[in-house]
This record gives sequence, structure tokens and C-alpha cells, in this order.
Amino acid sequence: MDKMTERHTIGVLVDNEAGVLARVVGLFSGRGYNIDSLTVAEVDQNDHQSRITIVTTGTPQVIEQIKAQLGRLVPIHGVTDLTVEGPHVEREMALIKVAGGGETRVESLRIADIFRARVVDSTINSFVFEITGSTDKINSFVGLMRPLGLVDVSRTGVVAISRGDKPM
Amino acid sequence: MASAELTGAEIVLKSLVDQGVKVVFGYPGGAVLPIYDAFFEQNKIKHILVRHEQGAVHAAEGYARSTGKPGVVLVTSGPGATNAVTGLTDALMDSIPVICLTGQVPSHLIGTDAFQEADTIGITRPCTKHNYLVKDTQDLAKIMHDAFYVATNGRPGPVVVDLPKDVMINTGPYVGPKRAQHSSYKPQVKGNLSSIKEAVELIASAKKPLFYSGGGVVNSGPGASTLLREFVRQTGAPITSTLMGLGAFPSTDESFLGMVGMHGNYEANLAMSECDVMICVGARFDDRVTGRLDAFAQKSKKIHIDIDPSSINKNVPVDIPIVGDVGHVLEDMLKVWKSTARKLDKKANASWWATIAKWRERDCLKYLPGKDIAKPQYVLETLQKAVDGKDAYVTTDVGQHQMWAAQYLKFQDPNRWLTSGGLGTMGYGLPAAIGAQVAHPKSPVICVTGESSFMMNIQELSTAVQYRLPVKILLLNNRYMGMVRQWQELLHGNRYSESYMESLPDFAKVADAFGLESLFADHPDQVENLIADMMACEGPVIAEVMIDQKENCFPMIPSGAAHYEMILGPNGDQPAVSAKGAALV
Ligand SMILES: Cc1ncc(C[n+]2csc(CCOP(=O)(O)OP(=O)(O)O)c2C)c(N)n1
Ligand SMILES: [Mg+2]
Repeated sequence: MDKMTERHTIGVLVDNEAGVLARVVGLFSGRGYNIDSLTVAEVDQNDHQSRITIVTTGTPQVIEQIKAQLGRLVPIHGVTDLTVEGPHVEREMALIKVAGGGETRVESLRIADIFRARVVDSTINSFVFEITGSTDKINSFVGLMRPLGLVDVSRTGVVAISRGDKPM
Repeated sequence: MASAELTGAEIVLKSLVDQGVKVVFGYPGGAVLPIYDAFFEQNKIKHILVRHEQGAVHAAEGYARSTGKPGVVLVTSGPGATNAVTGLTDALMDSIPVICLTGQVPSHLIGTDAFQEADTIGITRPCTKHNYLVKDTQDLAKIMHDAFYVATNGRPGPVVVDLPKDVMINTGPYVGPKRAQHSSYKPQVKGNLSSIKEAVELIASAKKPLFYSGGGVVNSGPGASTLLREFVRQTGAPITSTLMGLGAFPSTDESFLGMVGMHGNYEANLAMSECDVMICVGARFDDRVTGRLDAFAQKSKKIHIDIDPSSINKNVPVDIPIVGDVGHVLEDMLKVWKSTARKLDKKANASWWATIAKWRERDCLKYLPGKDIAKPQYVLETLQKAVDGKDAYVTTDVGQHQMWAAQYLKFQDPNRWLTSGGLGTMGYGLPAAIGAQVAHPKSPVICVTGESSFMMNIQELSTAVQYRLPVKILLLNNRYMGMVRQWQELLHGNRYSESYMESLPDFAKVADAFGLESLFADHPDQVENLIADMMACEGPVIAEVMIDQKENCFPMIPSGAAHYEMILGPNGDQPAVSAKGAALV
């Protein structure tokens, strides 16, 4: 990776209408920007607005372009660069399936406990853990589970919000 | 208190009328039959039947560019919509407001690969400013008005409204164009005042200032051109223009250095390179203007006025960005300039102009006159004499003839010069001329074209004949895709791979077959008469001039080169093009 590139987390408030996600994703692919993670869900049922959180990497110039390009999409209400606009919280959730028996099974439980992961499904020879935290935390948890019988990982991608009492 | 409901097709028609639309360029088909039925035997809106949907969009562009009003297109689903895609992309690149209504298969068939179904919304998403699929006749009127708002506000562009057939047949309420704000799209029109003051300060301190204006000035409206003229006069600084901006400032004015960029004037490009303060007004630092970026205008501080925030710092970092409508920003700048009684440094300015005068002496547009075969430059100079003072509209196609037209014609007013800049679409010229002629039936409209481009939308001759549109087609025939040949000469060792136009039709017979007049000249001595006859023609006419096949367009900044590495005419020095440059477009 170019040493000039930076990782930014960008929040985008959009009208929850058909095709809006395609517009955002098409913008990134069409102009050659990176998407490291993207999440979207409706956050306001009355106004039908969704919030998209995009984690991207690029040079400062590209990051500025990304925000400007997002800003001019018609159904977009606001764009906020959480990385530059003060402190914020970033979380990801993951469901992680681990299979095995004996000592590895016990070890996976012990590590899950340290990471505050919950068991949400269990069979004689498998667990599904639910874990929430930063991307790094989930990466290391997944890393630790790998030798212990990791079977499947499903992650939400990053959601983020600024600290303090102000809206985006 | 719901008023009487209308069918979707009636709502489409009524909203067009309420938006002030006078003309629609279109082509019917199964999915739009209900709309065509509503158009039948009404006289509020004139429908111009084109011969290909690409022609409809270019005609709408020509209408829009020459009037400042949005152009409207109506096409059917599937192939009708896909044929419109080139025109939409062209309008997006050149910021032309176009509303394109596309038919769609009935809602319940969407997604079933129905006859003439295409994912129009998916296909046109990246080539429109915005697009809408209307799912319910209830929403139709609002969407129609929104489409006009989006196409014409902020940086203008094309908007597609995709209309499933059942939505056209079902009924719904009509609402008029509302004045209320759009819920999410609110472009900034007023510039930030402290940035404007800062910019005025910087301009006043300049020793070698240069205005660099673009299509944004034309888009902003005639008021912006007037303000630009006044500001340039107030400062006494020189000005250059992009291809798209020609006409915003009078070409014959002493302050005007000519066009900038790849085929721009020597003095304009060197001024760009040497200036210490650049005032970019509604232009976007396109690669055709900047040449090699790391060598572009290194000595200047840059002010950039643009309504589109994404144009700022996209290619070239600027020192004072001002987001806003060019007209509003210039108005405020001029106020600040006057109220603070600013003046440029007299001595510095005089020596800047003296430098420019030296560059001008190079007379970069000089060419060797043709003895037995006409030089294209001469044809255009002759055309210029013929249209002087006539308020003519000129469209072009794409290639050498386009650049020669840009170099040799003298534009006095905005909205008179219609050319495909950003996309460089061959086949733009004739339909755009048709659109302009529809809008200005009494004015001369001239399409300067090349034999290869002309054939890309030649079917539109039939449209011109049907509506008695007296477009004047000045066909510069060099029997080559001249611009391609020029690049092959420069970059590919004269290997003219597929750039010779074999089996050209006899254009006089083409004219005859379509039912229009034709004129022909194959000697320089005949050119003056040919152009006089062309101007006198009352109907559409093809005026074909055989021109020197080997003529190249200069000056030229080869791709990947810097402004100061310009290639000049036949007697100039010819720097070699780098391998890196040859890989660029
Ligand atoms: C639709 C399209 N296809 C291909 C090109 C590439 N191209 C640019 S200029 C040119 C040649 C144009 O020839 P002509 O119309 O005869 O103009 P001339 O350069 O000879 O004046 C071509 C093929 C283009 N600009 N547009
Ligand atoms: Mg040619």
C-alpha cells in the first residue's frame, strides 16, 4: 500500500429509495475508489432515511474527492468524515462458527470469554460466537479461532457514530 | 380535495407544458405509445421525430446549449433507451441539462426479460446526473418536476425518467411545479464571501494574472458572461478559454488570448504556464487543458470558481476554492473589487502584456495557403467572414475540423458554439444543429463537420428535411479520420492503420436522395462562392469542400507533454513525444 494513503470512516445519510446503494457502490467502482467495508440500514422509518457507513482508503486528495462525489449524489442528505470530524466510536459485529471437540473446544470457549464473545448457538461439536468490537478486535479473535476449528465467519462491517451530543 | 385524476401519459404532457417545454425530440415505440397518444393532435408541445435516438439526445443538447433551457427527449424502452446512452453520456460530460423520458415495459414484467426490456436505470445510472424509475402514477407528477429541478440546478446534466407502460395508463393526481426546496439536493450558489475577498486580494497583488474561463460561464447564463467581461475589463488582465467556454468572452477582444489546451493558442498556453495568479472561472482543469500535470502552471497561485465541489482539487490543487454559481460569485467579486478600489500594478501588468505581445508575434495560427487544394483553415476563415455580424450558431463534429473551427472562428456571445467537448462524440454535429435550428428558426445554424463524423448520424438529414430546418452543413472532406491520421503520424510512424475513409458516398447524391441541396468545391478559388451560396440557401444544404488531406492541426501539445512543449505549425520545431505520452489518450 502507498504510504500516502489513509483509512477513513465516512457516514452517509441517504433517502432509503431503490437503487441508492447501487449509486454509492457504482460511484466507488466507476471512479476506482476502494471500499474496505460498507454497511447500510434504514435508521429513520418516518423520513425513510438510511445510514451508510463506508470505510475506505486513499490519498488525502482521493478522500476529499470521495466526499465531494458522494455529496453531489441527488438522494444524499449528508456526508460526514468521522475520521477527521473528532472522536467517534466504530463497531463491528461478527458471528463466528467454530467446530471441534476436546481441549480445542474448551480453549475456544475460554478465549471467547476473554473477548466477551457470547455463545449464540451450540451443538455437541460446534459453537457460534457473537462478538462485537473494533475491526482489530474481531480480526484477532478470528485469528485465534483459526487453529481451534474455525468454520465460518460472517461480519457486519463497520458502523460508526461520533461521540458527544451532536447529530451528523 | 383531490382534483380530477389524469392518466400517467396526460400527467407527463401536462408537467412538460407546466415546465415551459415547447419542443420534444423523440422516437416512438411500444412502451411509449400511451404518451404518443397523449401527444396526438395537441399543439402545446411540438414533437420533432428524429431518425435515431442518439440524434434525439444530441438535438436536445443543441436546443439546450443554444437556449439555456433544458432539452427534452422521449424514447421507447429497450433499444430506444440504449440508443440514447451516448447522448446522455455526452450531456453529462459537458453539463448540459437534458430530460430524457424512456418507456419501460409494464411494471409486472420488469425483471422477466420481457420484449424490449432493458435495465435502463442500471444502464444510465453512471451516465446521468440522476435517474428515476416511476413505480406508481401517484408519484409521477412530483418526479417529473423533480427531474427538471435536478437537471437545471447546480451543475446541469441529463436526467432519465423511466416510465413503465402501466404507469402511463393508470391514473393519478396532478400537482404543479412546486417552489418548495428539494429535500436533499441543494447546490450552493452563493460563494463564500471571505474566500471571495481573499481572491480579490490575490488578484490585486498579481503581476501576471490570467483568467481561464470555461463552459460553466455559459451554463450560468448570459449574465455571467456580462460580469466576466466587466471583471476582465476592470482588471485589464488577459483571458483564455476552454473549448466549452468559447463565446463567453468575445474572441475579437484584445484581452482574449484564444483557446487554451491541446490545440490552444501559443500565447494562451504560455500564459497559462507563466502566469502568477490564475483565475479559473467555471472550468475544470481537464487533461486536454492541463497537459502533463506535474508541469502544469507551476508558477501560479490558483483561484477556482465552480458550482461543483467535486471539481475542486480533482486534478489540480488550488489555493482559493470558491464553490458557487459563476454568476453570483463574479457579481460579488466585482463588488468587492470596485468597493475596495483595487487596481493591478501598472508596471507589472504592462510588462506582462509586453511578454504576451511577443508570444502573439509568433502568429501560431498562420498556415501555408493551399494552391490547388483548399486548406481547412482558409475555409473556416472564409466562413468567419460570411457569418460576421450575423448571430450565427455553429456546431461541430469531432476531429481536426472541430479544432480548426475553435481556432479560426470568432465567437462574440455565449450559447452560439455547440461542440462535444468532454466525450468527443463523432456524430454530434448534425443533430445538435437541428436542435439549435428548432430553437432559433431565423438564425443561421452551421454544422462544421468531417466526412467521417458526418456519416455517424447522417440519417438526421431526413429530420432536417421533414421540418424544413435550413441547417448548413459545411463538410470538410479530407477523406481521412484526420485527427486519427495526425496522431498516427506523430506517434505511430505514419502507419495509417484504418484511418483512411474508403468508399465514401457521393455526398451530392446523398443530398439529392434525402431531398436537400448540395454545393461542392475542390479548388480554393471556389470556396468563397461556395460559402456565399451556402449562406444564401433557404433550405438545408450540404456544402462539401475537398481539403488538403495532409493538413495537420497546430499548435499541438502532444499528450503527456507540458504547455511549453507545444508543437507549432509546419515551420515550427517538433519535440518528440515521449513513450509515456504515447500511452495517454
Ligand atoms: C464515436 C466516436 N468514435 C471514434 C472517435 C475517435 N475519433 C476522434 S476524431 C476521429 C476522426 C474524425 O474524422 P472526421 O470526422 O473526418 O474529422 P477530421 O479529423 O478528418 O476533420 C475519430 C475516429 C470519436 N471521437 N468518436
Ligand atoms: Mg476527415
